[in-house]
Amino acid sequence: MSVTPDRLLPLNDWHVARGARMVPFAGYSMPIQYEGIMAEHRWTRESVGLFDVSHMGQLILTGPETEKGLEALLPADLAILKEGRLRYSLLLAQDGGIIDDLMVTRRGDHFYMVVNGATKDGDIEYLQEQLPRTVVLDHMKEQALLALQGPKAVDVLSRLAPGVEQLGFMTGGAFQLSGATVWISRSGYTGEDGFEISLPAARASDIAHLIAAQPEVKPIGLGARDSLRLEAGLPLYGHDLDRAITPVEADLTFAISKRRRGEGGFAGWHRIIRELEQGPIRCRVGLSIEGRQPVREGAIVVDEDGDEVGKVTSGGFSPMLEAPIAMAYVPAASAEPGTEIRVAQRGKVFQAKVVPMPFVPHRYHRKGAA
Amino acid sequence: MTVYYTEEHEWIRVEGDSATVGITDFAQGQLGDIVFVELPEAGRQVTKGGEAAVVESVKAASDVYSPVTGEVIDSNQALTDDPSLANSDPEGEGWFFRLRLSDISEIEGLMDADAYKSFCDSQ
Repeated sequence: MSVTPDRLLPLNDWHVARGARMVPFAGYSMPIQYEGIMAEHRWTRESVGLFDVSHMGQLILTGPETEKGLEALLPADLAILKEGRLRYSLLLAQDGGIIDDLMVTRRGDHFYMVVNGATKDGDIEYLQEQLPRTVVLDHMKEQALLALQGPKAVDVLSRLAPGVEQLGFMTGGAFQLSGATVWISRSGYTGEDGFEISLPAARASDIAHLIAAQPEVKPIGLGARDSLRLEAGLPLYGHDLDRAITPVEADLTFAISKRRRGEGGFAGWHRIIRELEQGPIRCRVGLSIEGRQPVREGAIVVDEDGDEVGKVTSGGFSPMLEAPIAMAYVPAASAEPGTEIRVAQRGKVFQAKVVPMPFVPHRYHRKGAA
Repeated sequence: MTVYYTEEHEWIRVEGDSATVGITDFAQGQLGDIVFVELPEAGRQVTKGGEAAVVESVKAASDVYSPVTGEVIDSNQALTDDPSLANSDPEGEGWFFRLRLSDISEIEGLMDADAYKSFCDSQ
């Protein structure tokens, strides 16, 4: 047992004043909910939710060998990544296992990377050990990170930081927000249109106040963040992804760019290319569960003889579908949508069906789309 | 007719040799949005402190324990159909089950409303 006290977010007092219930998460004391997960979840899908995700690691990587160095660890094509564009990518171990999932942005002479809070210290250690010595890594501990998510996010943020409405999905830029210079990207973790705002921690409180004072906005806790990302089919590191899982097994092959598949030269390429060609042994799939009772992380996928053949890695009740949904790893032969499978939890067997993800359609703002 | 409370945040309303059981307002507040309940069927024997029902919120599953030993005589079908009753009216419409007590003296170890309030304040 660790006795290290939980670190406080720059916005800690603000969360407490807004009535949040605080819980330990990733070494921080974080808001799990304000008025309730269901209400916060629905509010985000209908209007706008404000999330404090300052526990996440914000890194700057500079130096002439950075692009090449990162391409040795990520399966992304960074060479064609244009200024102000971001990519979802994976930090890979030499055996192809996933060390973390992340967002990487080309920003002028450097790359800006956002990694998970619970894994950031290990990521930094791995990056420093693996990257050429000329690459300088700066962990921006003085930056806070806010996410503004929902169909009205663009109305709210364009009022406060004019110009953000010009951003397309997975692009970003520097903007003025209440007198502070902030980095805003059109991205998020809910499946909705929205933005992520990197800002000086010293300004986090007053800017959060300003955003939350907009009538469309309510603060949203970690509980709804989890149910939103589950409905959106987005994996959560440490649950749906870990070091023993490859990007192919995790159904994240979209993150392995075409050039890199052919050329290789990244950690785990041999295994990944073999899995791409021959198919993986197991796959991450979405499940719809019969009845109303949720199955949770740790429930077991069983075959007809009752033998364990897979496991549920995330599960809960979908507020939008008003039904239980889950993500699980199942044998490749059972991964086709429509396949009936069985899940065992606390001595009870549940009937489930493999379904395509996302469970609730994404509503990203893609340029060129209406 | 008196209501007693447990440290596991169940309430029990005793009427003669039978009683009604549910979860407290404090419990429903801690659990958050309740989306599913599994209630014991009539005829099932439950024991004091033993598992009697399951309640699932958006966040997690929790067991509900029987405050006393006895035989289940009824369960709340309305709650099975609409689990959110346990949030909106936990100590009324959101009751879980009724039972016939085996040993009325088991009540003596339970808390009254004032003692339970102090217990919650100390949590």
